[in-house]
Amino acid sequence: MPVNPELQGRVFAPTDPYLVGREKVREFGRAVFATNPINHDPAAAAAAGYSDIVAPPTFAVVVQESTLAQLLAEPDAGIDFSRVVHGEQRFSYSRPIVAGDELTATLSVTSIKTLGGNAMVTAESSIVDQAGSHVVTASSTLVVRGDA
Amino acid sequence: MTAPRLDALEIGQVVADADYRISRDSLVRYAGASGDFNAIHYRDDVAEAVGLPGVLAHGMLTMGIAVQSVVDWLGDPGRILDYGVRFTRPVVVDPLEGAGIAVVAKVGALDPDAGEARIDLTVTAHGGTVLGKAQVRVSLR
Repeated sequence: MPVNPELQGRVFAPTDPYLVGREKVREFGRAVFATNPINHDPAAAAAAGYSDIVAPPTFAVVVQESTLAQLLAEPDAGIDFSRVVHGEQRFSYSRPIVAGDELTATLSVTSIKTLGGNAMVTAESSIVDQAGSHVVTASSTLVVRGDA
Repeated sequence: MTAPRLDALEIGQVVADADYRISRDSLVRYAGASGDFNAIHYRDDVAEAVGLPGVLAHGMLTMGIAVQSVVDWLGDPGRILDYGVRFTRPVVVDPLEGAGIAVVAKVGALDPDAGEARIDLTVTAHGGTVLGKAQVRVSLR
């Protein structure tokens, strides 16, 4: 089944709130070789003006992941996960994620293009905090390889 | 730590030059931290079965590591406004040797009115570029 072109423009239901834990931020920070004390030490984060430790720039992928799961599970999407390659990724921040944030993500499919038998699906996950204020938009382009 | 001064930067200036070494342990650690448990990132048999040259690093791990050189230069991860990459080539991680990731960060553009700079990353492993159009927009106010 090819990727359904009618997915373009579709907006999904907001995900359940994700509470950003301090130890999760530290664990993610160690995994991506983040050594800045602001990523690990609440006192260093406070000295830099943050309410708690700051997540590394790519941490938003953890919150985005549940939205991409929504997309792949969409019954009429036609996206075979075994044929999916991650093509591009972008994060656009209004402010950094800090421990204690309660984040909700809303996915929209912004573009579907066909290129040489492959489909390029671009989806944006807009992530807001508990006050509804924008924190970061995570945008992924997935390349779905064709049968050929 | 004081942030770098925007007016002291020049286009083309190298602001970070760093080498990182990742191992199979790094991949398992990242799988746990990120929740991405795709087996091509830690099982040779699965990687081989789907026709890959070996176990691959998560693209998001390479992306996450590459920007740390810029964070270290900035002194504050909160100064990063925007970060985007294209995944151009996979990083094969040898079970014994691991893989080296080299990052060079240069000033690509300056916007004094906005107090922002664009930092362009060259990220290589095994001699080839693994992230394309890797750009970080940073605030230096």
